[in-house]
Amino acid sequence: MRNALESIKPGDWLVLLSGAIFTAWLAATLWHGGSADKAIIRSGGKIFREVPLSRDTLIEVPGPLGLSQIAIHNKQARIAADPSPRQYCVRQGWLKQAGEIAICLPNQVSVELSGSNKRYDSLSY
Amino acid sequence: MTASVIKLATTAEDHHIARMAALALGLTVLEAAVPSPLPGVKPGLANIVTLIVLARYGWRTAAWVSLLRVLAGSLLMGSFLSPGFFLSLSGAVCSLAILAVSQHLPARWFGAVTHSVAAAYAHIAGQMIVVYLWLIPHAGIAYLFPIFATAALVFGTVNGLIAARFMDNTQIHSLPLDGGGLGRG
Repeated sequence: MRNALESIKPGDWLVLLSGAIFTAWLAATLWHGGSADKAIIRSGGKIFREVPLSRDTLIEVPGPLGLSQIAIHNKQARIAADPSPRQYCVRQGWLKQAGEIAICLPNQVSVELSGSNKRYDSLSY
Repeated sequence: MTASVIKLATTAEDHHIARMAALALGLTVLEAAVPSPLPGVKPGLANIVTLIVLARYGWRTAAWVSLLRVLAGSLLMGSFLSPGFFLSLSGAVCSLAILAVSQHLPARWFGAVTHSVAAAYAHIAGQMIVVYLWLIPHAGIAYLFPIFATAALVFGTVNGLIAARFMDNTQIHSLPLDGGGLGRG
């Protein structure tokens, strides 16, 4: 590998650079979730409320097991408290980007962030 | 009753193409033993042979070697006419299409690395088209593009470097200079 770099000609560098830029651009456009501006709260599969993320608030949502608390703070949302035994949705923490979702399955409560352009929420084939 | 013998007339060029394709096949089989983190992400070492053939003998020979490698490789791997075969084929066809254009770039400025990287990107583009049109017709595969593009950039560069080094060394070797040869590098 003494002079491996000597095998790269000036035009090759140009191609490598454009390749890197193209790849970075792909990642930036395709992996960017988009900013979220509202939270959709569902209970038992039906939309319970849609709240804007601009206002900090704490919402109590009733489910079969009891009340789930959803906190909205600083343009982010999380499930602050839930009666589910394993607390997966609470431990998921703050949701920031559009398309992120936290689901408390036993209590049938979910909160999903959505942006101006709706992205697919599940993939199947 | 006399035994009938069918003899195909073969030229020296046919033999040469067969030798090169066999070399590429060896690399394909070797590579199949290397585990891949994601289906479809492979170094594509056989393309080193295609690149060298392209530089030495032109596009037509390179196309023969590349397509023979895809066909015979699928027979060896037992994947002939499977989705994997069509993915390889579409990748190879797109790569060859790009190489048909990129080989006309001035050789003073653009070397094997350029051809290799361009062909690698064409390869994943061709595969993604087949994946989208036939196997997974869902926009969700777009999430994988950056991964495949990164792999194309990395492996394209590495393969191009290997091909370029090989050609540099064999050039030195053919001149009465210090012995470079194939074993070095």
